[in-house]
Amino acid sequence: MTHLAKFLGASAVLALSAGAALADPALVFDLGGKFDKSFNESAHTGATRWAEETGNSYAEVELQSDAQREQALRRFAEAGNNPIVTVGFSFMTPLEEIAADYPDTKFVIVDGVVDLPNVRSVIFNEHEGSYLVGMMAAMASESDTIGFIGGMDIPLIRKFACGYAQGAQAVNADITVLANMTGTTPAAWNDPVKGSELTQAQISQGADVVYAAAGGTGIGVLQTAADEGIKSIGVDSNQNYLQPGSVLTSMVKRVDNAVYDAFEAGTEIETGINVMGVDNEGVGVAVDEHNEALVTEEMTAAVEDAKAKIASGEIAVHDYMSDESCPSLSF
Amino acid sequence: MDFLTLIQVFDTTIRLATPLLLACLAGLFSERAGIFDIGLEGKMLASAFLTAAVAAVTGSVLVGLLAGIGGAMALAGIHGLASITFRGNQLISGVAINFLAAGLTVVVAQSWFGQGGRTPQLSGNARFGTIDLPFAAEIRDIPLLGPIYADLISGHSLLVYVGLLMVPLTWYVLFRTRFGLRLRAVGENPAAVDTAGISVVGLRYAAVAICGLLTGLAGAYLSTGLQAGFVKDMTAGRGYIALAALIFAKWRPWYALGACLLFGFLQALALRPDVIEGTLGFEVGVQLLDALPYILTVVILAGFVGRAIPPRAGGEPYVKER
Repeated sequence: MTHLAKFLGASAVLALSAGAALADPALVFDLGGKFDKSFNESAHTGATRWAEETGNSYAEVELQSDAQREQALRRFAEAGNNPIVTVGFSFMTPLEEIAADYPDTKFVIVDGVVDLPNVRSVIFNEHEGSYLVGMMAAMASESDTIGFIGGMDIPLIRKFACGYAQGAQAVNADITVLANMTGTTPAAWNDPVKGSELTQAQISQGADVVYAAAGGTGIGVLQTAADEGIKSIGVDSNQNYLQPGSVLTSMVKRVDNAVYDAFEAGTEIETGINVMGVDNEGVGVAVDEHNEALVTEEMTAAVEDAKAKIASGEIAVHDYMSDESCPSLSF
Repeated sequence: MDFLTLIQVFDTTIRLATPLLLACLAGLFSERAGIFDIGLEGKMLASAFLTAAVAAVTGSVLVGLLAGIGGAMALAGIHGLASITFRGNQLISGVAINFLAAGLTVVVAQSWFGQGGRTPQLSGNARFGTIDLPFAAEIRDIPLLGPIYADLISGHSLLVYVGLLMVPLTWYVLFRTRFGLRLRAVGENPAAVDTAGISVVGLRYAAVAICGLLTGLAGAYLSTGLQAGFVKDMTAGRGYIALAALIFAKWRPWYALGACLLFGFLQALALRPDVIEGTLGFEVGVQLLDALPYILTVVILAGFVGRAIPPRAGGEPYVKER
């Protein structure tokens, strides 16, 4: 036992001294942890892809509590890591506080905006990605009724719903889009029971494709859609594998690309606001072995066509957050 | 609102009311014995997690259910220890249990499964399937009665029927057995029970244990009956709504059934804004429907509709006179 303890101690010291060579980039995960099958895991994928392709190393940390955010950022900054990539809007407050203390270090925040000279803020055009899955939903629907289930009723989630409705109506002008929000408190992100019942309610109103943009609540939506034999659409990361054969596709935010780009740019990274949209592969639809059979050639063609048109500006998807209103859906 | 829509809304009502009902009856046993319990939420959450986790590992939902009940009863034991043996503040102990469960479930789930505080998705025998009552398919086509029997009464998971059976059982135990009489007396006047030579502490522990058992069933229903896995904080405040229902029901089993069905119905209606608009002709805010259970409880508490009198010795630790 004591030998084992010594060995573990020695290897821990080795691991500590081996980490954090000068100017290695660093990655700070949010509370969900590295393998959360969602946002953080996507960041991890991007970082490992960069490490494999370039042969370089990077430092990383998984936070265990909110209080560690600032501490972790300061540790990395003082160890000379550059750039330091943070994942999640919860890092906005700590970054606002500490970024000015390390003017020579570049910080990146994914999914949030911090207006400081050494911070790059990566945001996603979720409405464009939702537009694409809305088109696919409308093409997959046989009842001409599709549903949207949001988590907490906040402008960001209405942005998803609005883009989705626009995409569906672009394919089928007569389509009915049902939109429900799970609630108005943060509990709405983790209420799969209510997600299930909302799905049931939308099914009884005729919906046969349901798009969930609701965090943990979405697990219940996808489950009920699979149990009831209708199609569903996942969000944020590729959720096709959760219910193979029932999830039509997922609207993915390519956090991995954002992290990869930041690592690739290194210390010379451009600061300011970086918008990840359809044109730079920041958002898109997920197709893999779990949903190939559901995605028809017409869908692929239509999505590719719309992607090109959005990128060229021919199609302008209305952003709910730009004026707090949606032309194609009433809430 | 046509008949089939009504059936669907009532169907949803039953599913949403069941966890409330089980938790409400759990609180009823505990509070009737003089132990206030705002830790219902935490015990449900612990059971929801343990049931799903053990079911995922063993592949059997019944083994999971036992683990879930065990977890909830362990937390109930802590509550009992703090508030009966050590005569601590029952409200503080309840709050502590809620926090403990909210944190522990996620941490343990992350370390066991590494899926961001979730359990793996359950399938097959690892979740409660729906039970089709006899002849459900045959009489479905009979007008009126057919859909009511086949869609509304039949086709729920085992725990729904267990929950409904718990209502008469609770009534019988509390009002027709010696144990029930003593349990109620312990909540009203523990000194009298003690004078009669009956253990106050023993009765209160028994009540708290039953509370653990019932919250265990409620939590298991959430994660393996309604869902196929655990998600962090998945109880989403149902333990508190159950407490409101308990006050609304004036600490009586049959009233509890009514209160939980009413609250479940309000939640079910909130899911169908189209039905409300179609029936009433104007829009009603979903937020209002969500808040109605609490508003109704405040109305009852304020004494507008009858009076809700809690057990007299509720919340007070019993100190034997020396």
